[in-house]
Amino acid sequence: MSVLTNENLTPQDILAKAQKLRPQLGDAFRDEIVTSLYGEAERIAQRAVHTTKDKRWDFDQRIDRIVTSPVWGLPIMLLLLAAVFWITIVGANIPSQMLATALFWLEDKASGLFTAWGIPWWITGFLWHGIYRGLAWVVSVMLPPMAIFFPLFTILEDLGYLPRVAFNLDFLFKKAGAHGKQALTMAMGFGCNAAGVVATRVIDSPRERLIAILTNNFVPCNGRFPTLIMLATVFVAASFSPVAASFVAAGSVLAVVLIGVFFTLLVSWVLSRTLLKGEASAFTLELPPYRRPNIGRIVYTSLIDRTIFVLWRAVLMAAPAGAVIWVLGNIYVNGNSLAIYIANFLNPFGVLLGLDGVILLAYIIAIPANEIVVPTMLMVYTGTGMMIDLPGLDGLRTLLIGQHGWTLLTAINLMLFSLLHNPCATTIATIYKETKSAKWATVSVIITLGLAFLVTFLTASFARLIGWA
Amino acid sequence: MSSNPCETCPANAQLAQMGLKIEKFDRIVALAGNPNTGKSTLFNTLTGLNQHTGNWPGKTVTRAEGGYEFNKIRYKLVDLPGTYSLLSASQDEEVARNFILFGQPDCVVVVTDATALERNLNLVLQVMEITDKVIVAVNLMDEARRKGLEVDVRSLSRDLGAPAIPITARNGEGVQTLLSTIEEVINGNIQTKPLRVSGTDQFRRSVEELSGMITALIPNIPNARWLAIRLLDGDARVEEALVNGELADLVMNQRQSDLRLSSKTALAGNQ
Repeated sequence: MSVLTNENLTPQDILAKAQKLRPQLGDAFRDEIVTSLYGEAERIAQRAVHTTKDKRWDFDQRIDRIVTSPVWGLPIMLLLLAAVFWITIVGANIPSQMLATALFWLEDKASGLFTAWGIPWWITGFLWHGIYRGLAWVVSVMLPPMAIFFPLFTILEDLGYLPRVAFNLDFLFKKAGAHGKQALTMAMGFGCNAAGVVATRVIDSPRERLIAILTNNFVPCNGRFPTLIMLATVFVAASFSPVAASFVAAGSVLAVVLIGVFFTLLVSWVLSRTLLKGEASAFTLELPPYRRPNIGRIVYTSLIDRTIFVLWRAVLMAAPAGAVIWVLGNIYVNGNSLAIYIANFLNPFGVLLGLDGVILLAYIIAIPANEIVVPTMLMVYTGTGMMIDLPGLDGLRTLLIGQHGWTLLTAINLMLFSLLHNPCATTIATIYKETKSAKWATVSVIITLGLAFLVTFLTASFARLIGWA
Repeated sequence: MSSNPCETCPANAQLAQMGLKIEKFDRIVALAGNPNTGKSTLFNTLTGLNQHTGNWPGKTVTRAEGGYEFNKIRYKLVDLPGTYSLLSASQDEEVARNFILFGQPDCVVVVTDATALERNLNLVLQVMEITDKVIVAVNLMDEARRKGLEVDVRSLSRDLGAPAIPITARNGEGVQTLLSTIEEVINGNIQTKPLRVSGTDQFRRSVEELSGMITALIPNIPNARWLAIRLLDGDARVEEALVNGELADLVMNQRQSDLRLSSKTALAGNQ
C-alpha cells in the first residue's frame, strides 16, 4: 500500500492502475457484473411476487394490441386528435363571442366615463383603446379554447396515451434518421416548445438530441393552438353550412398539426443527412399501464399550470403590444398614422407571402411572444382607425373580408405562418441554455423563419397560378 | 426492528408539508427509481407541491426539491429523474447518478413499480452498490392488486438487506410507515445490510486497492468502492470526471450549491 503515502498521487496514476488490474480480472468481468445484477434481480423478484390471475387476460395488453397496432394505431390517433379539436371548437365558440362582447362593452363604457370626467383623450386612448384592448383580445381569443383543450389534453396524458403516440410514430422518425424518443419530445412540444426542448434530455446521442431540439418548434404549442382554432373557425370553416363548419374547422386544425409533423420529419431527415450526419440509434420505450386519470389533478394541472400560465404570459406580452400599437396608430405624419406607413411599406412583401402588411407589422410587434400574433393583428386593424367598429368574432370576419380583402388564402397562409415561424423568445433562450451554443439557437431561428417564408410564398404563388386567389 | 413500537406508530406521527420552505433542513432524502413509477406523485404527496406529474416515462428530466416535516425533523426531499440504470450517460441519468453519488443524501428511497418489480430491482441493486442507506418503496400496490399480483415485502426486505415498504402514493396508503422507516434508517434504529455483488477474490482485492487510491486522492469522497468498480469497468464518464477534477469539485461544492440553488431548481422543475 505504498501509494497511500505518495503525496504526488495523480488521477492518471489511478487510471493506469485500473488499466493494469482490468486484464487480470479477465474479459468476462464486465458481463459478469451485469449478469449477476440481472440474475439477482430475477431471483429476488420471483421469490417476492406471486400471480393469482392469468396473464393472458391482461386488460392493458388487449387495449395496446389495438391502440398500437400497425393497422389501427395511426387512424385511432388521428380520430382522437380530431375529436379533441372538434370538442374544443364547438365548445369555445359561444363563450368566445360572449367574452368579446362583454369585454369590449366595458371598454366602451369605461372610455366614455373617462371622457365625461374630462380626462385628456390621449390618456383614455392609451389606457383603454391601447393596453386594455390588447388584454381583451387575448382573453377572448385564447381563454375559452384553452379552458377546454387543456383538460382534454391532460386526460390523454394522464391515461398514458402519449407514449403510445411515440410508439406509433417511431418508424417514421427512424426513417428520418432521428431518435424514436423524439416522438415523445415532439408530443411534449404540443404542450410547450420550451418544455419540449428541455425534454430532449432523454435522448442520449448528442446528434439526435440536437435534431430533436431544432425541430421541436414545428408542432404548435398550447399558446398557438387558440390562434389556429380561432382562424379555422372564423375564416376557413365559415363558408360551410353551420352543421359542417365545426367539422371543417376541426379538420383544418388537424391538417395543420399533420403538416407540422411532416415538417418535423422532413427537417429531421435533411439535418441527419447534412449538418448532423449519422445513423438512428436503437432504444427501448416502456409503455406505461393505463391509469384512471385523477380528476382533481387534471383540473389543477390544466387550469392552473397550463391555462393560467399561458394566459398570464400572453397578457403580460399583450398589454405592451397594445400600447405600442396605440402609439403607432395615433402619431400622425402628413395625415397618415405611423402604423399605416409601416404597414404600407411591408405590404408588398406581405402580399408576396399571401399575407398583408398589417399581419407582418403585427408579427414584428409580437416577436417576444409570437403566440399572440393574431390578437396583435386584430389590435392593429382595430386600433389604428383601420376598423372603426368593435365587432364580435363573427363581425370580424365580415369586416376583414369586406374591408381588407382577406381571402381563404390569407387565413390558410396565416395558419401556416403561425405554425412554422421562429420559436418564441422563451424557447430560443431555452435552446441556447440546453445547447450552450448561440450558433444552434440562431440556426433554429433561421430554419423555422426561412421555412415559414418559403412555404407561404410557394402556397401563395401556387394559388395565384391556378387562379384561385 | 424498532425498540419501542409506540414511537413509530403511524397514528403518533405527524406529517407537515413544507412546500418550498427548505432553506433550513435537518436531513436530505432522495427519491430515485425507474421512469413512471410515481416518484413525482410521492414527492407531491409529501411536500404539498405541484410538481407536474404525467403518465409517461421521462417526464422529470431535472431534479425538483421540496420539504416536509415529520416528527419535528425537517427533511429536504429531492425528486430525481427516472432511470433504468446508473451505468449509461444520458443527461437525465447523470443528474440522478451525480446526486446519489455526491449529493450525500442521508437516505435514498428507491420508488419501484409493484407490477414490474424484476426490472425495477436492477436499479435498486445498483443504488445499493453506491450507498448503504436505502429504502425500497414498493409503489402502485393498488395496480398490482388489480392485476392479481401479490408482493411479499418481507421476503423482499430479507433478500435485499434493506427495508421494503408497500405504498400507494396516489392515495397515501403506506406513506406514514415509509416516513417513519426513513427516520429510523437515518438515525440507525434500522440497520441496512445491502446486498452487494461479491465476485471473485481477485475482483475484491482489485476493488479494495483502487478505492484506497481514490480515497487518498480525494479525501472524504463517499462511494469510493463504487467508483473503483466503475473504473475497473472502464466507465469513460467516471474516468473523465476523475481526470478533470470534477469528482473533487463535486464533493467540495455539492452541499453548498444545493443550498443556494434549491428554491430555484424547484421552481424550474415545476414545468
